[in-house]
Amino acid sequence: MNDWPLWEVFVRSKGGLSHRHAGSVHAPDAELALAHARDTYTRRMEGVSLWVVPSKEIVASDPDQAGELFEPAESKIYRHPTFYDIPDEVKHI
Amino acid sequence: MYTTEFEKTAKIKNLEDPKLLEAFEERVAADEFIEPKDWMPEAYRRTLTRQISQHAHSEIVGMLPEGNWITRAPSLRRKAILLAKVQDEAGHGLYLYCAAETLGTSREEMIEALHSGKAKYSTIFNYPTPTWADIGAIGWLVDGAAIMNQVPLQRTSYGPYARAMVRVCKEESFHQRQGYEIMIVLANGTAEQRRMAQDALNRWWWPSLMMFGPPDAESPNTAQSMRWRIKRETNDELRQKFVDITAPQADYLGLKVPDRELKWNEEKGGYDFGEIEWEEFYAVVRGEGPMAKERMKARRDAWEDGAWVREAAAAHEAKRRQRKAA
Repeated sequence: MNDWPLWEVFVRSKGGLSHRHAGSVHAPDAELALAHARDTYTRRMEGVSLWVVPSKEIVASDPDQAGELFEPAESKIYRHPTFYDIPDEVKHI
Repeated sequence: MYTTEFEKTAKIKNLEDPKLLEAFEERVAADEFIEPKDWMPEAYRRTLTRQISQHAHSEIVGMLPEGNWITRAPSLRRKAILLAKVQDEAGHGLYLYCAAETLGTSREEMIEALHSGKAKYSTIFNYPTPTWADIGAIGWLVDGAAIMNQVPLQRTSYGPYARAMVRVCKEESFHQRQGYEIMIVLANGTAEQRRMAQDALNRWWWPSLMMFGPPDAESPNTAQSMRWRIKRETNDELRQKFVDITAPQADYLGLKVPDRELKWNEEKGGYDFGEIEWEEFYAVVRGEGPMAKERMKARRDAWEDGAWVREAAAAHEAKRRQRKAA
């Protein structure tokens, strides 16, 4: 028998926070994936909500392309507030 | 953690490309984490796959020596605790299998390697657990040694392994404390209970020291693993640390560590201790441990006896999929 499909597990640790990747589980369907995710990743009240996503549905960027992909942001430092010189006497800005 | 599925689309590169290797070595030396889709030398992938899967197998086989005491735990409190601990070990095995899978080996292959006897697991689990004091000694010493090994692995260079270790370490402290608590109760109990506690310490002390692996001088992989930041401290360094913190804990219990040469060395700021009988270690590694056959039989039986559950779950999924399509 071959492995069941892989699911990525995301846990919201408490209300107000985003779901965060915790790990993965094997399961034949979504319902069992949730059950396995609960048993594997939330044995100590680590979460209030779970997402499971079939791993094969995740599209990831290529780490080899990371340079080109993220470079444009690096050269645009004027996107950060500290780029601008504002006199000290001007307040609340 | 990422997945084996991702690997299928990974580009095939010249694995011997010296430029890639150099860039990799630089990243590792700068304490960067390596992630599943990053380029890595084949030897790094192989070493990690072996180490992580052995670690996973150890967690899974580690359930067996303790599992046989769940029904015989002396109180409901102890039973609930032991059940939770054994369940944690299963969880730790699963985190680690997931991490190993990101390197391109399937879960099925790893389980098959374990069941066929091809894959190794920690030799410590090939010792028997004849008394309840063994459950105390395992938590205190075996989990204590495991923590010592695992804490530095939280900074190991392979991201998924490091993250699994963070999770494991968070949970492991309870294992050690519940074990030590069992020892406190026994050590302060009747004469017979004290004898039982001492007997367990006598049997588990040396195997626990062996858990750190062969001496540095005879550990051929250590240098490479340290360079690649797979290991962060050597076997002997970790063993020394373990002895230094554990010997006073034995004193507190009023129990005697079974080593006549164990003695505080003021000058080095640590304990001196006796020579380990490595022949025994290698015999157990070769599968000559007292329980090796029984452990593997228990694993295979569990796998085969559980087959109907896996089949039923798969059939249920198929049926629902068909109904949805209709």
